Amino acid sequence: MANTILVLAEQLRGEVTDITFEMLGAGRKLAEASGSSLCAVLLGAEAAPLAAKLGAADKVLVADDAPWDLAPADAVAGALEAVMQQTQAGLVLLGCTNVAAGIGSMLAVKTGLPLVNFCRAAKAEGGGVVCTSQLFGGKIYSDVKLADGKGVVCIYPGAFPVDAGKRDQAPPIEKVDLPVAAPKVTFKQYLEPETGDVDITKQNVLVGVGRGIQTQDNVELAEELAQVLGGAVCASRPVIDQGWLPLSRQVGKSGMTVKPRVYFALGISGAPEHWEGMQNSQCIIAVNTDAKAPIFDGAHYGVVGDVLELLPALTEKVKAKKG
Amino acid sequence: MNLYVLLKMVPDTVEELNVAADGKSLDSEFLRFKLNDPDEHALEQALLLKEKHGGKVTVVTLDAPEVDDVLFTALAKGADRAVKLPVNQAELGTVAAARVLADFLKAEATPLPPDTLVLPGSYAIDDLEGELAPLLATALELPYVGVVCGIAPAEGKATVRKEFAGGLRGEFEVALPAVLGIQSADKPPRYVPVAKVRAAMKSARIETVDVPPPDRPRQLELERTYKPEAAGHAEMLEGSPEEVADRLVEILVKNSAI
Repeated sequence: MANTILVLAEQLRGEVTDITFEMLGAGRKLAEASGSSLCAVLLGAEAAPLAAKLGAADKVLVADDAPWDLAPADAVAGALEAVMQQTQAGLVLLGCTNVAAGIGSMLAVKTGLPLVNFCRAAKAEGGGVVCTSQLFGGKIYSDVKLADGKGVVCIYPGAFPVDAGKRDQAPPIEKVDLPVAAPKVTFKQYLEPETGDVDITKQNVLVGVGRGIQTQDNVELAEELAQVLGGAVCASRPVIDQGWLPLSRQVGKSGMTVKPRVYFALGISGAPEHWEGMQNSQCIIAVNTDAKAPIFDGAHYGVVGDVLELLPALTEKVKAKKG
Repeated sequence: MNLYVLLKMVPDTVEELNVAADGKSLDSEFLRFKLNDPDEHALEQALLLKEKHGGKVTVVTLDAPEVDDVLFTALAKGADRAVKLPVNQAELGTVAAARVLADFLKAEATPLPPDTLVLPGSYAIDDLEGELAPLLATALELPYVGVVCGIAPAEGKATVRKEFAGGLRGEFEVALPAVLGIQSADKPPRYVPVAKVRAAMKSARIETVDVPPPDRPRQLELERTYKPEAAGHAEMLEGSPEEVADRLVEILVKNSAI
């Protein structure tokens, strides 16, 4: 196993994101099992004050020259390659997130190391690391062994505990000078989320619809249930991409993260990208025609059946109950 | 504009997926294939760019089951040229696939004309070794942005939108030519009637371009592939829609949702 394990800490708009703590927790466990040290790398103008939050690392390397804010993937991969040489690191953990998209693949090519994507579990084993990847929308897992413990591993958000990567101590912080090549990609501005008529992150009840709702007209059936429950309708990516509901209603990786009291997953298979955005709902009720849909593995209650038959019946029963 | 769209076939996850006897690959017997979702958006984005700015759309695939239908559908939708590289996709990891596709693009023109955009989907559901777009960008030494949901080209550059999280997006300026991993097009992918696809099958042609096969098909050795054993499972409710609805009302009351 490598002497040093690196974690590319992630921040967005001056906030350390949960994936960073998930990676630190996973990295801490691997470091302890293999006698390695855990080193976090944080890039960006606001990196220095944020570094203090990364106490689970043995050391935090900080590059806070402004060009690092949302720097292109190849520049960040180049910086990580330089840090790997300085620290003699052989294992790098990155987030399998939109923010970090492409960095891992580029780093793997630069260093000649293998990359393991969509990783949801990792354990040290006989001098190496065995990673479990979730593939095909979470329907299949593959175990991959990095025999010498060296590689680039992209960690899937929500798969590791956040708390395991939090410590109340301040880590040693070291500033590093990293080369920034003249970028061919430059960040211009943030485009704020579209504010819709409804803020789905503030609802007690959400009626989520996916591909299984079949047509735009059928969304109305979900709308009726949401109305009688005083909640709102939201959706997984395919429904939003069809233009059946506005972007402000998207739940998942690129969309909103929601935690309502009750979340209906109607005709939603439960692909990891969607699960990421609603897994912490208090009560998840899934309805799907596919009895083997992954959503049933995480939901509290499940119904194998046709959403279009169940919705009108349920709306009527709720109305009756409410009087 | 000179637009290349890279299309990849993936197993349709609506069907049941089973692991083959080798314990590592998918059982191909009942496997049905479909075009990777983000690739469908990449094609739509290319067609929209062509309609607005003129140019030529070339769709490129490796060899895979049902891929001819996808190529003819792309032609029926408005692509100008369909290319199939006779290398079996099933045996390749993303790293080797990127190498094959990069070889093809280099043979097209080196360097690529300045109004070129190479558009793979942002990711695929079987990207165990990493995503195609950044690997291709590295091989072609071109700038890259991933998770792209909008492109506005201008002279020698493009303004692109990238998705972050929580609905937040960022705007980036990219020098062209570039590789952009497309997450979603400006509009939903267009529908094309079957009759038009059949017409394309009669009138259009799929070009086969020979490329050298990669020396190392996969970077990663799989230990085993399996169906996940869920830590838990939902309590299943059975009965007629009315009976199920009654139970759900009780659950809603219990969770203070009514």
